[in-house]
Amino acid sequence: MQNKILILFAHPLFEKSNANDALVQSIPESANITFHDLYQEYPDFDIDVKREQELLVLHDIVIWHHPMYWYSCPPLLKQWIDLVLEHGWAYGREGFALKGKLLLQAITTGGKKENYCATGSNNFTILQLLEPFCQTAKVCNMTYLPPFVVHGTHSMDADGYQKYGNLYEQVLLFLEHKTLNFEDLDKHSYFNDYIQTKIG
Amino acid sequence: MQDGFFFQAIIYLLAAVICVPIAKKLGLSSILGYLFAGIIIGPYVLGLIGQEGQDIMHFAEFGVTMMLFLIGLELDPQKFWRMRRVIVGMGMLQLLLTAGTLFIVCSIVLRWDWQTTVAISLALTLSSTAIVMQTLKEKGLTKTSMGRSSFAVLLFQDIAVIPILAILPLLADGHVNNANANHSLISDLPGWAQTPIVFGTIGLVYLGGRYLIIPLLHIVAKTRLQELFTASALLLVMGVSYMMQLVGLSPALGAFIAGLVLANSEFRHELEGDIAPFKGLLLGLFFIGVGASINFNIILADPAFIIIFSTIFNGIKFFVLLIVGKMYKKSADQNLLFAFALSQAGEFGFVILGFAVQLNLLPEVLSNQMMAVIAISMVGTPFLLLINEKWIDPFFGVKEKHSKNKYDSIDEKNDVIIAGFGNFGSTIGRLLKANGIPATVLDMDSDRVDSLRKMGFKVYYGDALRLELLKAAGCEDAKIFIAAIDNPRVNLQVVEMIKKHFPHLKIFARARNRNDAFELVDIGVNDFYRENLYSAVHLGVDALVEMGQRRYTATRQGQRFLKYDEEATRSLAEKRHDKKAFLTTTLQQIELQEQLIKNDLYSQLGAQDHAWESADIKKEQQEEF
Repeated sequence: MQNKILILFAHPLFEKSNANDALVQSIPESANITFHDLYQEYPDFDIDVKREQELLVLHDIVIWHHPMYWYSCPPLLKQWIDLVLEHGWAYGREGFALKGKLLLQAITTGGKKENYCATGSNNFTILQLLEPFCQTAKVCNMTYLPPFVVHGTHSMDADGYQKYGNLYEQVLLFLEHKTLNFEDLDKHSYFNDYIQTKIG
Repeated sequence: MQDGFFFQAIIYLLAAVICVPIAKKLGLSSILGYLFAGIIIGPYVLGLIGQEGQDIMHFAEFGVTMMLFLIGLELDPQKFWRMRRVIVGMGMLQLLLTAGTLFIVCSIVLRWDWQTTVAISLALTLSSTAIVMQTLKEKGLTKTSMGRSSFAVLLFQDIAVIPILAILPLLADGHVNNANANHSLISDLPGWAQTPIVFGTIGLVYLGGRYLIIPLLHIVAKTRLQELFTASALLLVMGVSYMMQLVGLSPALGAFIAGLVLANSEFRHELEGDIAPFKGLLLGLFFIGVGASINFNIILADPAFIIIFSTIFNGIKFFVLLIVGKMYKKSADQNLLFAFALSQAGEFGFVILGFAVQLNLLPEVLSNQMMAVIAISMVGTPFLLLINEKWIDPFFGVKEKHSKNKYDSIDEKNDVIIAGFGNFGSTIGRLLKANGIPATVLDMDSDRVDSLRKMGFKVYYGDALRLELLKAAGCEDAKIFIAAIDNPRVNLQVVEMIKKHFPHLKIFARARNRNDAFELVDIGVNDFYRENLYSAVHLGVDALVEMGQRRYTATRQGQRFLKYDEEATRSLAEKRHDKKAFLTTTLQQIELQEQLIKNDLYSQLGAQDHAWESADIKKEQQEEF
């Protein structure tokens, strides 16, 4: 079985991001994978809602791919969420357009993983901080997967970027071709850990 | 002789028009096409033209002068100054070594009088500027290391002709036929007076160029008469050449200096565009003359001598050049190319031989044989280069693609070309410049060009409708062409020309109004920018704000209006061809406006942000209670 994947990528300064460059470069060439660069498409924040909804309908798995800014996403992705996930279409009594689709969040953080816990400088775990996105997915009748996270991009070298690029490629290939085991998946907090058990 | 003139002109043109495309088709240089055209119409094959080949050459040599003017134009004076050591060093070395070796070999083998041997050695030492520079240009090699070296050697030879012609009479032993051949205005003056006059003249060319020619060109440019500018350009080159001849200097050298002086002026591209066609025609004529002047009777009278002599002298020149190149640390493939390219004798050889005959330095027969040798070596060069390219060069690995040498940027080539630097174009230019993207700018208004240049913009004066100018500005290598000319009709014509001649260029076009935009769509340009649309919408947005709308809402309405209007323009551009032809343009305009307003009402411009409105959600909640 082949899944169709829509990567909604949001980065206001993509050309200066080494980590996201490595990740985006690693996206496999496939007819099933659509890379949609929001800041390239809508530089003036004037999102074409109809077009975005049509794209969503055509895919099975949606990925929100963005850097973590102030514990949230860049503003254009928020604008996208505000405008595209319309009442009566994505949620509400008659809104079931996204029912059954999977939602994966692929994020990069400058800080290290150990900072994201109750005793760390950020006080909360990534999962806690991403709760609003998880809840949004649930309201829209989508299944929210554990996120794919690249930590510590500020202190990473070229090999590190490449390592995560390769891992992202594995994730996408897995999502495209394989069926997920949700029981198994629930045991892991990051999609990174789940994919490691699959590729050994 | 009017019929005669037309007949002759037709013969020359026909020969060129037939032979050059054939040569090009066979992958040969256009020079070979001209040379063979000359041989075919010459006295020994078809006999369509007689012995006047030599006269034609003397006339057409002016093409070489023009070529040096153009070379001067393309060269930055500062960069030229940095080349001075190479010019003198390489040039001197080549001249002395070649002439010396030829002299020794000829003295040992042929046992002519030593005066004769000196004259012939010197004549054969000088290479052909016309053949070499034209070939390099055709092959795009002028900016490689060998291209610069070749130019240095040729320029030195050009200067060396003058002392050579001065020395020859000293060799003559009194039986002078016509010593006035090299007569100049100052040759009767004593030597101590001649030198300052010569340098004074060069200084005069420099000052005259700066303070007389450029202001004059400004005045001419203001008349906006294209042909007057062409006439001024020709006058300039001819005037400088004549002045140089008066003081006994080479006209080519004078033209080169004049070119150098004007290289930094805003008229550079325009002058290039004006002189280039004349240069091309005259050089073509020159090569035909060379072909026609090859005396096959003399060759056939003693073919063994001619062929062996040609081969040996070519060989000597070749090896001397190889040694010179080696001393200047050229890579193997560049050095080979350099040596092959300069291994022929050239047009100066004819001049020196002719002069030597007048001085009784050598017999007429020998001179004719040598002239045949020179002509053959000139014909041979393109073949030698072809052999080098096909069979020899591939063995020498390293290719110099784009050397990172400091001389490399003789001509600046930008990826972006902006035609028209009025209010519209200059804004684009500033935005690009602020982002570190340099653009080549073409503009018609010489006053504006001048003031913008003072502010540090690279702006060139010229009519963007001229293909030559577009080429000179670098359209062949650029990526983007921005058509921002004030006059919409001219702007459209330029866009059409670009589409036709440089289809690889991405075009962004300014459109004055919707009708211009339609025309652009018709010729296949979809990136059009109506100059009043964006500012009008902006004003409209501010008016909405003034009327009480929130600025963000009004701005989004403006964004949406722009998108919608651009789409409407595209679809109307296609539809308008269906209209019945009898509608006058004004009627069409009114009809168009009506249709637009009607569509505006139906398009429900504002109804898209309802995700931010809660009416829908409130309604659902109320229904649930």
